[in-house]
Amino acid sequence: MIKPLTHFPSDSDKHLGASSDFLIIEDLTKTYRSADGNKSVVLDNINLKIGEDEYISVIGHSGCGKSTLLKIVSGLEKASSGSVRLQGKEIRKPGADRMMVFQHYSLLPWLTVRCNIRLAVDEVLEHVPPVEKSRIVEEHLAMVNLTAAADKYPDQLSGGMKQRVGIARALAIRPKVLLMDEPFGALDALTRGKLQRQVLDIWESHRQSVIMVTHDVDEALYMSDRIIMMTNGPAATIGEILEVPFPHPRNPQEIRESHEYYEYRNHALNFLDRHFNREE
Amino acid sequence: MLLYAIQTAVVAAHTTWQKYLRPAFLRDAILLPLLGFAFLIALWWVVATFVTTLLPTPAEAFIDNLDYILNPFYRRGPGDLGIGWLLLASLRRVFTGFLLGSLVAVPIGFWIGASKKAMMAINPIVQILRPVSPVAWLPIALAVFNLANPSAIFVIFITSLWPTVINTALGVSSVSSDYLDIARVLEMPRWRQIYKIILPASLPYIFTGLRISLGIAWLVIVAVEMLTGGIGIGFFVWDEWNRLSLSSVFLAVLVIGLTGLVLDILLVQIQRIITHRPVQQS
Repeated sequence: MIKPLTHFPSDSDKHLGASSDFLIIEDLTKTYRSADGNKSVVLDNINLKIGEDEYISVIGHSGCGKSTLLKIVSGLEKASSGSVRLQGKEIRKPGADRMMVFQHYSLLPWLTVRCNIRLAVDEVLEHVPPVEKSRIVEEHLAMVNLTAAADKYPDQLSGGMKQRVGIARALAIRPKVLLMDEPFGALDALTRGKLQRQVLDIWESHRQSVIMVTHDVDEALYMSDRIIMMTNGPAATIGEILEVPFPHPRNPQEIRESHEYYEYRNHALNFLDRHFNREE
Repeated sequence: MLLYAIQTAVVAAHTTWQKYLRPAFLRDAILLPLLGFAFLIALWWVVATFVTTLLPTPAEAFIDNLDYILNPFYRRGPGDLGIGWLLLASLRRVFTGFLLGSLVAVPIGFWIGASKKAMMAINPIVQILRPVSPVAWLPIALAVFNLANPSAIFVIFITSLWPTVINTALGVSSVSSDYLDIARVLEMPRWRQIYKIILPASLPYIFTGLRISLGIAWLVIVAVEMLTGGIGIGFFVWDEWNRLSLSSVFLAVLVIGLTGLVLDILLVQIQRIITHRPVQQS
Protein backbone atom coordinates (compact mmCIF):
# COMPACT_ATOMS: atom_id res chain seq x y z
CA MET A 1 0.00 0.00 0.00
CA ILE A 2 2.46 2.60 -1.19
CA LYS A 3 0.51 5.75 -1.75
CA PRO A 4 1.06 8.57 -4.19
CA LEU A 5 3.17 11.16 -2.49
CA THR A 6 1.44 14.34 -3.54
CA HIS A 7 -0.81 15.58 -6.26
CA PHE A 8 2.17 16.84 -8.21
CA PRO A 9 4.95 14.33 -7.78
CA SER A 10 7.28 15.92 -10.31
CA ASP A 11 6.94 19.27 -8.63
CA SER A 12 7.59 18.01 -5.13
CA ASP A 13 10.54 15.89 -6.25
CA LYS A 14 12.28 19.09 -7.22
CA HIS A 15 11.71 20.44 -3.74
CA LEU A 16 12.97 17.50 -1.83
CA GLY A 17 16.64 17.49 -2.59
CA ALA A 18 17.29 21.05 -1.70
CA SER A 19 14.81 22.37 0.80
CA SER A 20 13.63 21.45 4.25
CA ASP A 21 9.99 21.48 3.18
CA PHE A 22 9.62 17.74 3.57
CA LEU A 23 7.51 17.96 6.71
CA ILE A 24 5.93 21.27 7.60
CA ILE A 25 4.20 22.01 10.88
CA GLU A 26 2.35 25.30 10.72
CA ASP A 27 0.59 27.30 13.47
CA LEU A 28 -0.19 24.11 15.30
CA THR A 29 -2.18 24.29 18.52
CA LYS A 30 -3.69 21.58 20.65
CA THR A 31 -6.38 22.26 23.20
CA TYR A 32 -8.05 19.77 25.46
CA ARG A 33 -11.48 20.45 26.87
CA SER A 34 -11.71 19.07 30.38
CA ALA A 35 -14.90 17.66 31.92
CA ASP A 36 -15.83 20.95 33.61
CA GLY A 37 -15.71 22.78 30.31
CA ASN A 38 -12.40 24.53 30.88
CA LYS A 39 -10.02 24.60 27.99
CA SER A 40 -6.43 23.74 28.57
CA VAL A 41 -3.93 24.64 25.89
CA VAL A 42 -1.25 21.98 25.55
CA LEU A 43 0.60 23.14 22.47
CA ASP A 44 0.53 26.69 21.25
CA ASN A 45 1.61 28.05 17.90
CA ILE A 46 4.17 25.46 16.82
CA ASN A 47 5.96 26.18 13.54
CA LEU A 48 8.60 23.79 12.28
CA LYS A 49 10.08 22.55 9.02
CA ILE A 50 11.93 19.29 8.81
CA GLY A 51 14.13 18.07 5.98
CA GLU A 52 13.91 14.77 4.17
CA ASP A 53 17.00 13.27 5.76
CA GLU A 54 17.13 15.28 8.95
CA TYR A 55 17.34 13.85 12.45
CA ILE A 56 15.40 16.09 14.85
CA SER A 57 15.11 15.83 18.61
CA VAL A 58 12.32 17.39 20.61
CA ILE A 59 13.35 18.02 24.18
CA GLY A 60 11.51 19.48 27.14
CA HIS A 61 10.25 18.74 30.62
CA SER A 62 7.63 16.09 31.24
CA GLY A 63 4.17 17.31 30.42
CA CYS A 64 5.37 19.93 27.94
CA GLY A 65 3.38 18.28 25.19
CA LYS A 66 6.30 16.89 23.22
CA SER A 67 4.69 13.47 23.01
CA THR A 68 1.44 15.11 21.96
CA LEU A 69 3.28 16.85 19.16
CA LEU A 70 4.64 13.51 17.98
CA LYS A 71 1.20 11.95 18.16
CA ILE A 72 -0.25 14.74 16.06
CA VAL A 73 2.41 14.20 13.41
CA SER A 74 1.64 10.47 13.49
CA GLY A 75 -2.06 11.24 13.15
CA LEU A 76 -3.00 9.39 16.33
CA GLU A 77 -4.19 12.70 17.73
CA LYS A 78 -5.79 15.59 15.91
CA ALA A 79 -4.55 19.15 16.06
CA SER A 80 -7.03 21.74 17.30
CA SER A 81 -5.86 24.19 14.66
CA GLY A 82 -3.01 24.61 12.25
CA SER A 83 -1.66 21.97 9.95
CA VAL A 84 0.95 19.29 9.49
CA ARG A 85 1.91 18.57 5.89
CA LEU A 86 4.11 15.75 4.68
CA GLN A 87 5.38 16.40 1.15
CA GLY A 88 2.63 18.94 0.73
CA LYS A 89 -0.12 16.55 1.80
CA GLU A 90 -2.12 17.39 4.88
CA ILE A 91 -1.97 14.79 7.66
CA ARG A 92 -5.42 13.87 8.89
CA LYS A 93 -5.14 10.30 10.10
CA PRO A 94 -2.52 7.75 11.11
CA GLY A 95 -0.53 6.25 8.30
CA ALA A 96 2.36 3.90 7.78
CA ASP A 97 4.42 6.63 6.09
CA ARG A 98 4.86 8.02 9.64
CA MET A 99 5.72 4.97 11.68
CA MET A 100 6.11 5.22 15.45
CA VAL A 101 8.61 3.64 17.78
CA PHE A 102 6.87 3.58 21.15
CA GLN A 103 8.51 4.15 24.52
CA HIS A 104 7.06 0.92 25.88
CA TYR A 105 7.76 -0.99 22.68
CA SER A 106 4.12 -1.93 21.95
CA LEU A 107 5.07 -5.34 20.67
CA LEU A 108 2.25 -7.84 20.33
CA PRO A 109 3.01 -10.43 23.04
CA TRP A 110 1.29 -13.32 21.23
CA LEU A 111 3.60 -13.04 18.21
CA THR A 112 7.25 -13.97 17.92
CA VAL A 113 9.81 -11.30 17.11
CA ARG A 114 9.75 -12.31 13.46
CA CYS A 115 5.94 -12.36 13.33
CA ASN A 116 5.74 -8.92 14.96
CA ILE A 117 7.81 -7.46 12.15
CA ARG A 118 6.02 -9.58 9.57
CA LEU A 119 2.64 -8.30 10.74
CA ALA A 120 3.67 -4.73 9.95
CA VAL A 121 5.22 -5.72 6.63
CA ASP A 122 2.12 -7.73 5.64
CA GLU A 123 -0.09 -4.81 6.47
CA VAL A 124 1.83 -2.04 4.76
CA LEU A 125 3.62 -3.65 1.83
CA GLU A 126 0.50 -5.52 0.75
CA HIS A 127 1.40 -6.03 -2.87
CA VAL A 128 4.94 -7.19 -2.34
CA PRO A 129 5.38 -10.93 -3.10
CA PRO A 130 5.75 -13.14 0.02
CA VAL A 131 9.36 -14.08 -0.77
CA GLU A 132 10.32 -10.44 -0.87
CA LYS A 133 8.42 -9.81 2.38
CA SER A 134 10.39 -12.56 4.11
CA ARG A 135 13.59 -11.06 2.78
CA ILE A 136 12.66 -7.63 4.16
CA VAL A 137 11.86 -9.14 7.56
CA GLU A 138 15.13 -11.07 7.71
CA GLU A 139 17.10 -8.05 6.54
CA HIS A 140 15.70 -5.89 9.31
CA LEU A 141 16.14 -8.62 11.92
CA ALA A 142 19.80 -8.73 10.94
CA MET A 143 20.03 -4.94 10.95
CA VAL A 144 19.23 -4.86 14.68
CA ASN A 145 21.16 -8.10 15.43
CA LEU A 146 18.09 -10.09 16.35
CA THR A 147 18.31 -12.97 13.89
CA ALA A 148 19.15 -15.37 16.73
CA ALA A 149 16.13 -14.26 18.77
CA ALA A 150 13.70 -14.20 15.84
CA ASP A 151 11.54 -17.04 17.15
CA LYS A 152 11.30 -15.79 20.71
CA TYR A 153 8.27 -14.11 22.17
CA PRO A 154 8.53 -10.54 23.51
CA ASP A 155 8.16 -11.79 27.11
CA GLN A 156 11.44 -13.64 26.69
CA LEU A 157 13.40 -10.54 25.66
CA SER A 158 15.17 -7.81 27.60
CA GLY A 159 14.01 -4.21 27.27
CA GLY A 160 16.81 -3.33 24.86
CA MET A 161 15.99 -6.29 22.63
CA LYS A 162 12.31 -5.40 22.67
CA GLN A 163 13.06 -1.88 21.56
CA ARG A 164 15.28 -3.21 18.77
CA VAL A 165 12.29 -5.18 17.56
CA GLY A 166 10.23 -2.00 17.71
CA ILE A 167 12.83 -0.18 15.64
CA ALA A 168 13.18 -3.03 13.14
CA ARG A 169 9.40 -3.16 12.79
CA ALA A 170 9.25 0.57 12.14
CA LEU A 171 12.08 0.59 9.62
CA ALA A 172 10.87 -2.54 7.78
CA ILE A 173 7.83 -0.75 6.41
CA ARG A 174 10.01 2.04 5.02
CA PRO A 175 8.29 5.05 6.52
CA LYS A 176 9.01 8.51 5.16
CA VAL A 177 9.25 9.85 8.69
CA LEU A 178 10.33 7.80 11.67
CA LEU A 179 8.73 8.98 14.90
CA MET A 180 10.36 7.90 18.14
CA ASP A 181 8.69 8.62 21.49
CA GLU A 182 11.44 8.43 24.12
CA PRO A 183 12.69 5.25 22.46
CA PHE A 184 15.48 4.68 24.98
CA GLY A 185 13.66 6.09 28.01
CA ALA A 186 12.82 2.74 29.59
CA LEU A 187 16.30 1.24 29.18
CA ASP A 188 19.25 1.09 31.57
CA ALA A 189 22.19 3.38 30.85
CA LEU A 190 24.49 0.79 29.25
CA THR A 191 21.83 -0.67 26.98
CA ARG A 192 20.74 2.84 26.10
CA GLY A 193 24.21 3.83 24.92
CA LYS A 194 24.54 0.72 22.80
CA LEU A 195 21.17 1.10 21.21
CA GLN A 196 21.74 4.80 20.48
CA ARG A 197 24.90 3.78 18.64
CA GLN A 198 23.01 1.13 16.65
CA VAL A 199 20.17 3.43 15.68
CA LEU A 200 22.56 6.15 14.64
CA ASP A 201 24.57 3.65 12.58
CA ILE A 202 21.43 2.58 10.78
CA TRP A 203 20.39 6.15 10.22
CA GLU A 204 23.83 7.16 8.94
CA SER A 205 23.66 4.40 6.33
CA HIS A 206 19.96 4.88 5.43
CA ARG A 207 19.27 8.52 6.04
CA GLN A 208 15.70 9.57 6.47
CA SER A 209 13.57 12.02 8.36
CA VAL A 210 13.45 11.25 12.09
CA ILE A 211 11.67 13.01 14.92
CA MET A 212 12.76 11.78 18.33
CA VAL A 213 11.18 12.91 21.58
CA THR A 214 13.59 12.74 24.49
CA HIS A 215 14.38 14.35 27.81
CA ASP A 216 18.06 13.48 27.66
CA VAL A 217 20.29 16.32 26.46
CA ASP A 218 23.28 14.06 25.76
CA GLU A 219 21.15 11.75 23.67
CA ALA A 220 19.78 14.67 21.66
CA LEU A 221 23.27 16.14 21.11
CA TYR A 222 24.76 12.82 20.10
CA MET A 223 22.07 11.78 17.68
CA SER A 224 20.33 14.74 16.13
CA ASP A 225 21.02 17.55 13.67
CA ARG A 226 18.71 19.98 15.38
CA ILE A 227 17.28 20.09 18.88
CA ILE A 228 13.84 21.58 19.29
CA MET A 229 13.65 22.87 22.85
CA MET A 230 10.12 23.20 24.16
CA THR A 231 9.00 25.64 26.81
CA ASN A 232 6.99 24.28 29.72
CA GLY A 233 3.29 23.61 29.49
CA PRO A 234 0.56 24.66 29.65
CA ALA A 235 0.60 26.26 26.22
CA ALA A 236 4.03 24.92 25.42
CA THR A 237 5.73 26.16 22.31
CA ILE A 238 9.14 26.01 20.68
CA GLY A 239 11.46 28.03 22.88
CA GLU A 240 14.62 27.66 20.89
CA ILE A 241 16.12 25.56 18.15
CA LEU A 242 19.68 24.39 18.63
CA GLU A 243 21.67 23.40 15.55
CA VAL A 244 24.10 20.58 16.23
CA PRO A 245 26.83 20.90 13.63
CA PHE A 246 28.88 17.77 14.38
CA PRO A 247 29.42 15.92 11.11
CA HIS A 248 28.15 12.38 10.58
CA PRO A 249 29.22 9.65 11.13
CA ARG A 250 29.54 10.64 14.74
CA ASN A 251 31.71 9.13 17.38
CA PRO A 252 30.45 9.69 20.92
CA GLN A 253 33.95 9.90 22.43
CA GLU A 254 35.18 12.41 19.87
CA ILE A 255 32.08 14.52 20.30
CA ARG A 256 32.40 14.52 24.05
CA GLU A 257 36.03 15.57 23.83
CA SER A 258 35.26 18.56 21.63
CA HIS A 259 35.01 21.95 23.22
CA GLU A 260 31.70 22.88 21.61
CA TYR A 261 29.98 19.84 23.04
CA TYR A 262 29.96 21.37 26.52
CA GLU A 263 28.86 24.73 25.25
CA TYR A 264 25.89 23.15 23.54
CA ARG A 265 25.20 20.93 26.49
CA ASN A 266 25.28 23.80 28.98
CA HIS A 267 23.20 25.91 26.68
CA ALA A 268 20.53 23.24 26.46
CA LEU A 269 20.63 22.47 30.18
CA ASN A 270 20.41 26.16 31.04
CA PHE A 271 17.40 26.45 28.79
CA LEU A 272 15.72 23.55 30.56
CA ASP A 273 16.65 24.92 33.99
CA ARG A 274 15.31 28.32 33.18
CA HIS A 275 12.01 26.88 32.11
CA PHE A 276 11.87 24.67 35.11
CA ASN A 277 12.45 27.51 37.56
CA ARG A 278 9.85 29.70 35.96
CA GLU A 279 7.20 27.18 36.84
CA GLU A 280 8.29 26.60 40.43
CA MET B 1 37.68 -48.45 40.21
CA LEU B 2 34.34 -50.01 40.92
CA LEU B 3 34.05 -47.87 43.95
CA TYR B 4 34.71 -44.81 41.85
CA ALA B 5 32.01 -45.81 39.32
CA ILE B 6 29.49 -46.30 42.08
CA GLN B 7 30.47 -43.01 43.55
CA THR B 8 29.93 -41.12 40.29
CA ALA B 9 26.63 -42.88 39.73
CA VAL B 10 25.51 -41.93 43.17
CA VAL B 11 26.58 -38.34 42.64
CA ALA B 12 24.75 -38.21 39.30
CA ALA B 13 21.60 -39.67 40.80
CA HIS B 14 21.97 -37.31 43.68
CA THR B 15 22.15 -34.22 41.49
CA THR B 16 19.21 -35.40 39.37
CA TRP B 17 17.00 -36.12 42.32
CA GLN B 18 18.42 -33.39 44.48
CA LYS B 19 15.55 -31.14 43.57
CA TYR B 20 12.98 -33.71 44.63
CA LEU B 21 14.79 -34.90 47.71
CA ARG B 22 15.46 -31.50 49.11
CA PRO B 23 13.83 -31.26 52.55
CA ALA B 24 11.84 -28.15 51.60
CA PHE B 25 10.43 -29.85 48.52
CA LEU B 26 9.55 -33.01 50.44
CA ARG B 27 7.79 -30.97 53.05
CA ASP B 28 5.90 -28.59 50.75
CA ALA B 29 4.90 -30.93 47.95
CA ILE B 30 4.37 -34.22 49.78
CA LEU B 31 4.25 -34.04 53.55
CA LEU B 32 2.00 -31.04 54.06
CA PRO B 33 -0.61 -32.08 51.45
CA LEU B 34 -0.63 -35.59 52.92
CA LEU B 35 -1.13 -34.09 56.34
CA GLY B 36 -4.15 -32.17 55.05
CA PHE B 37 -5.73 -35.28 53.57
CA ALA B 38 -4.93 -37.28 56.69
CA PHE B 39 -6.76 -34.73 58.79
CA LEU B 40 -9.79 -34.84 56.49
CA ILE B 41 -9.92 -38.64 56.57
CA ALA B 42 -9.53 -38.62 60.33
CA LEU B 43 -12.45 -36.23 60.61
CA TRP B 44 -14.53 -38.49 58.37
CA TRP B 45 -13.57 -41.45 60.53
CA VAL B 46 -14.59 -39.68 63.73
CA VAL B 47 -17.94 -38.58 62.30
CA ALA B 48 -18.64 -42.05 60.86
CA THR B 49 -17.76 -43.77 64.09
CA PHE B 50 -19.26 -41.52 66.74
CA VAL B 51 -21.86 -39.24 65.16
CA THR B 52 -23.92 -41.28 62.74
CA THR B 53 -24.28 -44.92 61.88
CA LEU B 54 -25.33 -44.27 58.30
CA LEU B 55 -21.87 -43.21 57.14
CA PRO B 56 -19.23 -45.82 56.36
CA THR B 57 -15.77 -45.34 57.77
CA PRO B 58 -13.04 -44.67 55.16
CA ALA B 59 -11.92 -48.29 55.33
CA GLU B 60 -15.44 -49.62 54.84
CA ALA B 61 -16.01 -47.21 51.98
CA PHE B 62 -12.85 -48.35 50.28
CA ILE B 63 -13.86 -52.02 50.49
CA ASP B 64 -17.40 -51.30 49.30
CA ASN B 65 -16.07 -49.40 46.31
CA LEU B 66 -13.43 -51.87 45.21
CA ASP B 67 -15.69 -53.23 42.48
CA TYR B 68 -16.37 -49.73 41.09
CA ILE B 69 -12.71 -48.80 41.23
CA LEU B 70 -11.44 -51.99 39.60
CA ASN B 71 -14.16 -52.18 36.91
CA PRO B 72 -15.08 -48.64 35.98
CA PHE B 73 -16.53 -49.67 32.59
CA TYR B 74 -18.75 -52.67 33.30
CA ARG B 75 -22.19 -53.18 31.75
CA ARG B 76 -24.41 -55.45 33.75
CA GLY B 77 -27.81 -54.49 32.47
CA PRO B 78 -29.70 -51.50 31.07
CA GLY B 79 -29.36 -49.28 34.15
CA ASP B 80 -26.37 -50.93 35.76
CA LEU B 81 -23.26 -49.28 34.34
CA GLY B 82 -19.76 -48.75 35.70
CA ILE B 83 -18.92 -45.34 37.12
CA GLY B 84 -16.74 -44.59 34.08
CA TRP B 85 -19.78 -44.73 31.78
CA LEU B 86 -21.72 -42.46 34.12
CA LEU B 87 -18.86 -40.02 34.14
CA LEU B 88 -18.68 -40.04 30.33
CA ALA B 89 -22.42 -39.42 30.07
CA SER B 90 -22.13 -36.38 32.35
CA LEU B 91 -19.05 -35.11 30.54
CA ARG B 92 -20.85 -35.38 27.20
CA ARG B 93 -23.69 -33.18 28.51
CA VAL B 94 -21.27 -30.67 29.98
CA PHE B 95 -19.16 -30.47 26.83
CA THR B 96 -22.17 -30.09 24.53
CA GLY B 97 -23.73 -27.37 26.66
CA PHE B 98 -20.40 -25.66 27.30
CA LEU B 99 -19.45 -25.62 23.61
CA LEU B 100 -22.83 -24.27 22.53
CA GLY B 101 -22.73 -21.70 25.34
CA SER B 102 -19.21 -20.58 24.46
CA LEU B 103 -20.08 -20.29 20.77
CA VAL B 104 -22.82 -17.86 21.76
CA ALA B 105 -21.04 -16.15 24.66
CA VAL B 106 -17.75 -15.22 22.97
CA PRO B 107 -19.33 -13.27 20.08
CA ILE B 108 -21.81 -11.56 22.42
CA GLY B 109 -19.00 -10.66 24.80
CA PHE B 110 -16.98 -9.35 21.88
CA TRP B 111 -19.90 -7.23 20.75
CA ILE B 112 -20.56 -5.81 24.22
CA GLY B 113 -16.88 -5.07 24.73
CA ALA B 114 -16.56 -3.26 21.42
CA SER B 115 -19.79 -1.29 21.34
CA LYS B 116 -21.10 0.97 24.05
CA LYS B 117 -24.64 0.69 22.72
CA ALA B 118 -24.55 -3.10 22.78
CA MET B 119 -23.25 -2.87 26.33
CA MET B 120 -26.19 -0.63 27.33
CA ALA B 121 -28.66 -3.02 25.71
CA ILE B 122 -27.30 -6.35 26.91
CA ASN B 123 -25.55 -5.65 30.19
CA PRO B 124 -28.77 -5.31 32.26
CA ILE B 125 -29.94 -8.72 31.02
CA VAL B 126 -26.61 -10.25 31.98
CA GLN B 127 -26.61 -8.60 35.40
CA ILE B 128 -30.14 -9.83 36.23
CA LEU B 129 -29.77 -13.37 34.90
CA ARG B 130 -26.24 -13.98 36.10
CA PRO B 131 -27.08 -14.42 39.82
CA VAL B 132 -29.89 -16.89 39.04
CA SER B 133 -28.97 -20.47 39.85
CA PRO B 134 -28.89 -22.22 36.48
CA VAL B 135 -30.99 -25.04 37.94
CA ALA B 136 -33.92 -22.59 38.01
CA TRP B 137 -33.92 -22.79 34.21
CA LEU B 138 -34.65 -26.51 34.30
CA PRO B 139 -38.47 -26.31 34.46
CA ILE B 140 -38.46 -23.83 31.58
CA ALA B 141 -36.19 -26.11 29.58
CA LEU B 142 -38.33 -29.14 30.37
CA ALA B 143 -41.43 -27.25 29.23
CA VAL B 144 -39.74 -26.38 25.93
CA PHE B 145 -37.90 -29.60 25.14
CA ASN B 146 -40.09 -32.16 26.91
CA LEU B 147 -37.01 -34.35 27.31
CA ALA B 148 -34.54 -34.68 30.13
CA ASN B 149 -31.30 -34.78 28.19
CA PRO B 150 -31.72 -31.65 26.01
CA SER B 151 -33.01 -29.83 29.08
CA ALA B 152 -29.89 -30.70 31.05
CA ILE B 153 -27.74 -29.55 28.15
CA PHE B 154 -29.73 -26.33 27.95
CA VAL B 155 -29.11 -25.62 31.64
CA ILE B 156 -25.37 -26.13 31.08
CA PHE B 157 -25.61 -23.85 28.05
CA ILE B 158 -27.10 -21.08 30.21
CA THR B 159 -24.51 -21.72 32.91
CA SER B 160 -21.66 -21.34 30.44
CA LEU B 161 -22.90 -18.02 29.10
CA TRP B 162 -22.39 -15.45 31.82
CA PRO B 163 -18.76 -15.76 32.93
CA THR B 164 -17.61 -16.03 29.31
CA VAL B 165 -19.73 -13.07 28.18
CA ILE B 166 -18.50 -10.87 31.02
CA ASN B 167 -14.83 -11.80 30.73
CA THR B 168 -14.77 -11.55 26.95
CA ALA B 169 -16.35 -8.11 27.14
CA LEU B 170 -13.80 -7.07 29.75
CA GLY B 171 -10.96 -8.41 27.62
CA VAL B 172 -12.12 -6.65 24.47
CA SER B 173 -12.75 -3.34 26.20
CA SER B 174 -9.38 -3.42 27.94
CA VAL B 175 -7.20 -4.14 24.92
CA SER B 176 -4.17 -1.92 25.41
CA SER B 177 -4.44 1.31 23.45
CA ASP B 178 -0.82 0.72 22.41
CA TYR B 179 -1.89 -2.27 20.34
CA LEU B 180 -4.72 -0.30 18.78
CA ASP B 181 -2.32 2.57 18.02
CA ILE B 182 -0.11 0.11 16.16
CA ALA B 183 -3.13 -1.08 14.18
CA ARG B 184 -4.08 2.50 13.36
CA VAL B 185 -0.59 3.52 12.33
CA LEU B 186 -0.42 0.46 10.06
CA GLU B 187 -3.81 1.47 8.62
CA MET B 188 -5.40 -1.90 9.36
CA PRO B 189 -8.99 -2.20 8.20
CA ARG B 190 -11.46 -2.68 11.06
CA TRP B 191 -12.18 -6.38 10.50
CA ARG B 192 -8.50 -7.18 10.35
CA GLN B 193 -7.94 -5.24 13.57
CA ILE B 194 -10.54 -7.51 15.15
CA TYR B 195 -8.97 -10.81 14.28
CA LYS B 196 -5.31 -9.81 14.22
CA ILE B 197 -5.17 -7.53 17.28
CA ILE B 198 -8.31 -7.47 19.43
CA LEU B 199 -9.05 -11.21 19.41
CA PRO B 200 -5.53 -12.39 20.31
CA ALA B 201 -5.14 -9.58 22.84
CA SER B 202 -8.31 -10.57 24.67
CA LEU B 203 -7.75 -14.34 24.51
CA PRO B 204 -6.40 -14.56 28.09
CA TYR B 205 -9.61 -12.94 29.36
CA ILE B 206 -11.74 -15.17 27.16
CA PHE B 207 -10.00 -18.22 28.57
CA THR B 208 -10.52 -16.99 32.12
CA GLY B 209 -14.22 -16.79 31.31
CA LEU B 210 -14.19 -20.25 29.76
CA ARG B 211 -12.45 -21.72 32.78
CA ILE B 212 -14.97 -20.20 35.20
CA SER B 213 -17.82 -21.33 32.94
CA LEU B 214 -16.59 -24.89 32.70
CA GLY B 215 -15.99 -25.03 36.46
CA ILE B 216 -19.54 -23.89 37.22
CA ALA B 217 -20.96 -26.15 34.51
CA TRP B 218 -19.33 -29.11 36.20
CA LEU B 219 -20.84 -28.03 39.54
CA VAL B 220 -24.27 -27.60 38.02
CA ILE B 221 -24.45 -30.86 36.06
CA VAL B 222 -24.52 -32.85 39.30
CA ALA B 223 -27.52 -30.90 40.59
CA VAL B 224 -29.30 -31.06 37.23
CA GLU B 225 -28.84 -34.80 36.90
CA MET B 226 -30.19 -35.33 40.40
CA LEU B 227 -33.38 -33.69 39.18
CA THR B 228 -33.62 -35.16 35.68
CA GLY B 229 -32.47 -38.70 36.44
CA GLY B 230 -31.10 -40.90 33.68
CA ILE B 231 -27.51 -41.93 33.31
CA GLY B 232 -24.93 -39.63 34.84
CA ILE B 233 -22.71 -39.08 37.83
CA GLY B 234 -25.19 -36.66 39.41
CA PHE B 235 -28.10 -39.07 39.32
CA PHE B 236 -25.75 -41.77 40.59
CA VAL B 237 -25.17 -39.71 43.74
CA TRP B 238 -28.90 -39.33 44.34
CA ASP B 239 -29.69 -42.94 43.46
CA GLU B 240 -27.05 -44.30 45.81
CA TRP B 241 -28.37 -42.06 48.60
CA ASN B 242 -31.83 -43.52 48.03
CA ARG B 243 -30.33 -46.97 48.43
CA LEU B 244 -28.46 -45.73 51.50
CA SER B 245 -25.23 -46.79 49.83
CA LEU B 246 -23.15 -43.89 51.08
CA SER B 247 -19.85 -45.49 50.23
CA SER B 248 -20.68 -44.93 46.57
CA VAL B 249 -21.51 -41.31 47.31
CA PHE B 250 -18.03 -40.80 48.75
CA LEU B 251 -16.55 -42.36 45.63
CA ALA B 252 -18.66 -40.10 43.45
CA VAL B 253 -17.50 -37.02 45.37
CA LEU B 254 -13.88 -37.99 44.79
CA VAL B 255 -14.46 -38.72 41.10
CA ILE B 256 -16.34 -35.47 40.54
CA GLY B 257 -13.60 -33.50 42.26
CA LEU B 258 -10.77 -35.11 40.32
CA THR B 259 -12.63 -34.70 37.03
CA GLY B 260 -13.21 -31.01 37.70
CA LEU B 261 -9.52 -30.57 38.43
CA VAL B 262 -8.53 -32.39 35.23
CA LEU B 263 -10.95 -30.27 33.16
CA ASP B 264 -9.41 -27.07 34.48
CA ILE B 265 -5.87 -28.31 33.85
CA LEU B 266 -6.81 -29.29 30.30
CA LEU B 267 -8.24 -25.86 29.61
CA VAL B 268 -5.11 -24.19 31.01
CA GLN B 269 -2.96 -26.32 28.70
CA ILE B 270 -5.09 -25.37 25.70
CA GLN B 271 -4.79 -21.72 26.70
CA ARG B 272 -1.02 -22.01 26.99
CA ILE B 273 -0.75 -23.56 23.53
CA ILE B 274 -3.01 -21.01 21.90
CA THR B 275 -1.87 -17.80 23.57
CA HIS B 276 1.87 -18.55 23.92
CA ARG B 277 1.82 -16.78 27.24
CA PRO B 278 2.15 -18.01 30.81
CA VAL B 279 -1.23 -18.59 32.42
CA GLN B 280 -2.10 -16.98 35.70
CA GLN B 281 -3.32 -19.59 38.12
CA SER B 282 -6.36 -18.66 40.13
